[in-house]
Amino acid sequence: MSREAQPWHPPGVGAGFELYTMGWNLKEDLRDCMVAAAPYGGPIALLKNHARKEKSPGARPLLEIYSASGLLLASIPWKSGQLVQLGWTASEDLLCIQEDGTVLIYNLFCEFKRHFSMGNEVLQNHVLEAKVFHSEFGTGVAILTGSHRFSLATNIEDLKLRRMPEVPGLQKPPSCWAVLSQDRVTIVLLAVGQDLYLLDNTSCSVVTPPGLSPSAGAYVQMAVSFTHRCLALLTDTGYIWMGLASLKEKLCEFHCSIRSPPKQMVWCMRPRSRQRAVVVAWDRQLLVAGSSSEGIQFVLDEDSYLVPELDGVRILSRSSHEFLQEIPEASQEIFKIASMAPGALLLEAQKEYEKESQKADEYLREIKEQKLLPEAVSQCIEAAGHEHEPDTQKALLRAASFGKCFLDKFPPESFVRMCQDLRVLNAIRDYQIGIPLTFTQYKRLTIEVLLDRLVLRRLYPLAIRMCEYLRLSEIQGVSRILAHWACYKVQQKDKSDEEVAQAINHKLGDTPGISYSEIAARAYDCGRTELAIKLLEYEPRSGEQVPLLLKMKRSKLALSKAIESGDTDLVYTVVLHLKNELNRGTFFMTLQNQPVALSLYRQRIEGRVGALQNALDEFYKAKNEFAAKATEEQIKLLRLQRHLQEDFDKPYLDLSLHDTVSNLILDGHHKRAEQLYREFKIPDKRYWWLKISALANRGDWEEMEKFSKSKKSPIGYLPFVEIAVKHHNRYEAKKYAPRVPPEQRVRAFVLVGDLDQAADAAIEHKNETEMNFVLSKCSASTDAAVAEKLNRARAQLLKK
Amino acid sequence: MAAAGRRDAPEAPDFGILKRLARDQLIYLLEQLPGKKDLFIEADLMSPLDRIANVSILKQHEVDKLYKVETRPAPSASDQFCFLVRPRIRTMRYIADIVNADKMSGRSRKYKIIFSPQKFYACEMVLEEEGVFGDVTCDEWSFYLLPLDEDIISMELPEFFRDYFLEGDHRWINSVARALQLLNSLYGPFGRAYGIGRCAKMSYELWRDLEEESEGDGQGRKPEIGSIFLMDRDTDYVTALCSQVVYEGLVDDTFRIKCGSVDFGPDVTSSDKSIKVLLNAQDKVFSQIRNEHFSSVFGFLSQKSRNLQAQYDRRRGMDIKQMKNFVSQELKGLKQEHRLLSLHIGACESIMKKKTKQDFQEMIKAEHSLLEGFDIRESTSFIEEHIDRQVSPIESLRLMCLLSITENGLVPKDYRSLKTQYLQSYGPEHLLTFHNLKRIGLLTEQAAGETLTAVESRVSKLVTDRAAGKITDAFNSLARKSNFRAISKKLGLIPRLDGEYDLKMPRDMAYVFSGAYVPLSCKIIEQVSAARVSPRPGGSPAAHPCPVPQVLERRGWQGLEEVLRLLNGHEFSVSGSAGAGPGGAGRGCGSHSLCPAQTARRRTARPRRRSASCSPCSWGAAPSPRSRPCGSWARSEGASSSS
Repeated sequence: MSREAQPWHPPGVGAGFELYTMGWNLKEDLRDCMVAAAPYGGPIALLKNHARKEKSPGARPLLEIYSASGLLLASIPWKSGQLVQLGWTASEDLLCIQEDGTVLIYNLFCEFKRHFSMGNEVLQNHVLEAKVFHSEFGTGVAILTGSHRFSLATNIEDLKLRRMPEVPGLQKPPSCWAVLSQDRVTIVLLAVGQDLYLLDNTSCSVVTPPGLSPSAGAYVQMAVSFTHRCLALLTDTGYIWMGLASLKEKLCEFHCSIRSPPKQMVWCMRPRSRQRAVVVAWDRQLLVAGSSSEGIQFVLDEDSYLVPELDGVRILSRSSHEFLQEIPEASQEIFKIASMAPGALLLEAQKEYEKESQKADEYLREIKEQKLLPEAVSQCIEAAGHEHEPDTQKALLRAASFGKCFLDKFPPESFVRMCQDLRVLNAIRDYQIGIPLTFTQYKRLTIEVLLDRLVLRRLYPLAIRMCEYLRLSEIQGVSRILAHWACYKVQQKDKSDEEVAQAINHKLGDTPGISYSEIAARAYDCGRTELAIKLLEYEPRSGEQVPLLLKMKRSKLALSKAIESGDTDLVYTVVLHLKNELNRGTFFMTLQNQPVALSLYRQRIEGRVGALQNALDEFYKAKNEFAAKATEEQIKLLRLQRHLQEDFDKPYLDLSLHDTVSNLILDGHHKRAEQLYREFKIPDKRYWWLKISALANRGDWEEMEKFSKSKKSPIGYLPFVEIAVKHHNRYEAKKYAPRVPPEQRVRAFVLVGDLDQAADAAIEHKNETEMNFVLSKCSASTDAAVAEKLNRARAQLLKK
Repeated sequence: MAAAGRRDAPEAPDFGILKRLARDQLIYLLEQLPGKKDLFIEADLMSPLDRIANVSILKQHEVDKLYKVETRPAPSASDQFCFLVRPRIRTMRYIADIVNADKMSGRSRKYKIIFSPQKFYACEMVLEEEGVFGDVTCDEWSFYLLPLDEDIISMELPEFFRDYFLEGDHRWINSVARALQLLNSLYGPFGRAYGIGRCAKMSYELWRDLEEESEGDGQGRKPEIGSIFLMDRDTDYVTALCSQVVYEGLVDDTFRIKCGSVDFGPDVTSSDKSIKVLLNAQDKVFSQIRNEHFSSVFGFLSQKSRNLQAQYDRRRGMDIKQMKNFVSQELKGLKQEHRLLSLHIGACESIMKKKTKQDFQEMIKAEHSLLEGFDIRESTSFIEEHIDRQVSPIESLRLMCLLSITENGLVPKDYRSLKTQYLQSYGPEHLLTFHNLKRIGLLTEQAAGETLTAVESRVSKLVTDRAAGKITDAFNSLARKSNFRAISKKLGLIPRLDGEYDLKMPRDMAYVFSGAYVPLSCKIIEQVSAARVSPRPGGSPAAHPCPVPQVLERRGWQGLEEVLRLLNGHEFSVSGSAGAGPGGAGRGCGSHSLCPAQTARRRTARPRRRSASCSPCSWGAAPSPRSRPCGSWARSEGASSSS
């Protein structure tokens, strides 16, 4: 299909033009390669030699990725399993679907990113066919397994495998199938002979397209439009049904004379256009079939591959890359032969004006008489957008600019914006860049995504220049791209840390919105810790610096950075982190070298001491001596608790005095407890109560016995008995029972369960109540002797 | 119990009306916001609300989801929010935060705030400050009184005590007055109103003003309430400070009765889940033991279970017809009773486990000697040991308060040492607790040197009696001195006994504290409305120990002037507005003892719950469960006087 053979077509039919002469010097025929081209002028992946695997096992297939202009971006020998399908995700990652259902993801430069599996069922039955599709959920993968079942994942970023229901009676693979996306539900449409089946999540139903000719025959090919709105079905009789993908409405039909099954069929239409057409490709022939009964046929010089786009079809072949689209309305109006549309007249007028001919005035007058000058200008601007050749763009824009001179109030934005957009488009369409976006695609893609794509292709300078040209905000534009660049830069292993760090700082300088810590984090992820530290030197925000340093286990550096920053919170963060990280010795050694940190650590407590000190002063002023004294004691206690906490590495802060001493005894620090007891003048009674209950809790009966003998107990010895009994230690309790003073002795003996002694004591006291008390504890079976003894004594007592 | 046993006792007014009224108003308010809405409820309104309207009623009126008002904003998708809250600044901030957060995220919703029981100006101010006043609509749910039982109504205002007595905040007085207005309009004009205390007086006066403004048409209606008593809690702290030994009180101590119902844990129900039980007169078992001294409860319960068994056993030897009768009429009641019985026996066991410990016995002993004024030194060292051993922070404070009140303040030396000990045990932050307790006069220090009473007696020698009274008033309002000894002597609050106090056949109200103390508020009501000691059912009309002469339905406070003077004055007594003379006031109806304001419901008013720094309070419009025996007593006596 050469350019000369391409006159402007009558309205409603496509027009093709060459995008690039391919520079890839392919030796193989395209038909021998597995091809996948990303939409929106994206890269092309080729897998060479994949079919010849059986013949020469030594020759590995080669995976190559080219830009749309045929420049090699990367290539690797394919070492993994048998590939079934290649496809591109929306973010321009290459999906390689293997026979066993494993999907490998590579980036533009053939660098492996990750892989996932399509599940056990696929693994067992193998992949027969696979399709990569795009929906509002993202990029999905659909698989037809060897057992003729479909499995699909609607979003590979959030992998949820769905196994579609079985198609009844399906014995052989369907002749053709497609994935449809309707009302946020992904469904599979498949054709078996003359039947169409619709598979949704739960069921399989037979469908018939409305208005289908009864003699249509068996389906051989189907195509879903780029936006999933339309569906085309081709049968073996050459009949093409075109309608809505919902199968609710037929749009048109077409009969073609060629009966052989085509290689590819894709939609060719632009959004919001009423003209609908499909492009059908055979080996050497291309047919554009639309609503009119006559299709347009092209002869293909070589093997070609069709890439559907939002507003047309890209046709790839070994030597060239062409684009076929419906001519936009504005262009039609202007370039139609003998067109009298205002835009056409304006273009003509401008041409005459340049020739310094008075005809310019005539044309202009004609437009102005119809009061169509604003329309004429808009038409020219719009048409310029759709033009691919800079010269034509210029001519149209010049005409628009010329027309604008005769208008008072034509808003300049559309013109200016179009000039900018065209400049961007021409820049990226350049052979070296190779992103052949049309104006419509560009508007759909948005500038932000385009910038991302440039970044993905590592075209940082171009992206930055575009940002500057379009005056995008630094944080959105330049800084972001620089940060990406820096992150890429740190991965270059061939340069020394010093070089890379300097290069990055040189480029980035103090650009706002740059986070050196992010770049450093990336460097750290790549295993370049030293580089990361160097980069962090440039990070002005200590708050960002310190956490990463801590993560890299450079705690000392983090500490000094934190101290330099003067941010106490940050210092605390590091200090607390260190405290958990290091053992106590090293922790204090580290702090010792950093007096600021040490004092801050102290201050954490001192801060509260300070507040108490203030309270103390106020209490003195108010002559509330009691409160003042209590506060003073509390200050003393806090300081002490801090030491205890440091010495024993256990929480002591905020305990009351009682609890502090009690905990000390529980932990066996008797000397310290003793010290507090004296320093705070704890009353003897409290101390004894506290000590015996803590010792009992600890189960330290030996120490308790020692303590009981240290001096005369101020609380008596009954508590010793009681507490031992409470801890179910009768043996210990018995030791203390004899030391209980006589008036409580009966009770003590009863407590330890020694009724005999209790009885003796009661009898000795000649106390009837006590006797009764002991009696009440006697059980008839075991303590008969004791009971009798008591009864006798009581009787004697009563006699007197 | 007393009232229930007397055939001539007048019927209690139907307090159910209050419930129905509150429910209707709430429904009306909810319907003001048509369509589905989420309801945010203040935590302490939940239990009262539950008694008024359950979830299904709320759902009927298109309440979609229920949330608790708390610090975390709720993630809700509803378009209408309704807040049922107390008028608190904190809550207003919470609501404002929600509204502002919605504004930030561009959500528009409808917000309605329903204040219970009334709206305060300060709340609106806060809403205005936060810039959301225009976004919300405000309403009042005049839910002033919740009937907890057939003869108890409560305002369920937990913050009243702290707000009024500690902070000196008077805003709730208005709510009290409105509650009185509500009662007056529903149950006819009060025959006579008596009051002691500043708050009582203010509430009464405000209520009178409200009545005059509204020109109510309740005139000529048959009055259902004879007399009302308004008393400030601070006239009688002792009642609230003593350990409870009646069954209901112990249930409260052990399990906490909230809004008339209690959660019995797994150890009581002997299953693995808790059961919520409504404790009121409907509970046949409970109503018989609630006011009994705990020592006799077990005996009663075992007797009851034997009776029950006997009734079950009657089945044997029945013919078919009788059996049919039995199954259809009695069996259900028996089963119900059986279930309740096992619950209460379980509760008793739990209480026994806690209260039969040595510590508790000794504490009761110490309490009694404090009340009697014997062995103060010993009691003080008991308290000290109590603190030293960290037995219980609240109980220690309670005992200290009791000591302070009975002894007119602690001796400075003791005060200091106890305080020091307490701080050592529980931390220095309790300096604030002590400060607060001192401010409300619960735990004070005797002034060094002369006590005020000494000054007072000296002054009274110099001037006339009347002037002396006035001077004492002045002193009292200065120091809020409690003259516990003098009052208890005058009114005979501490029964003098020879031998054991018979708890099974008590001869006075003191049995509620094991014979150690007669609740002051109840005694006063008895004094005012009693003609003579009415024979208690089963009890003998023993000679009353009270030295004050008794008259038939006292006109005003005649004869009690001395006591009132000791109680810091502010008393008033007004005969009924309905034109019924003091004699006719109670015709056909009991002088219903309503001691709202300050006879706070015992359990909530108790300052010993936690420290005073967070002391909760609500006041009951009726005698607390604790003082209930006295309450019903007063009623029965009122009845006997009018018949």
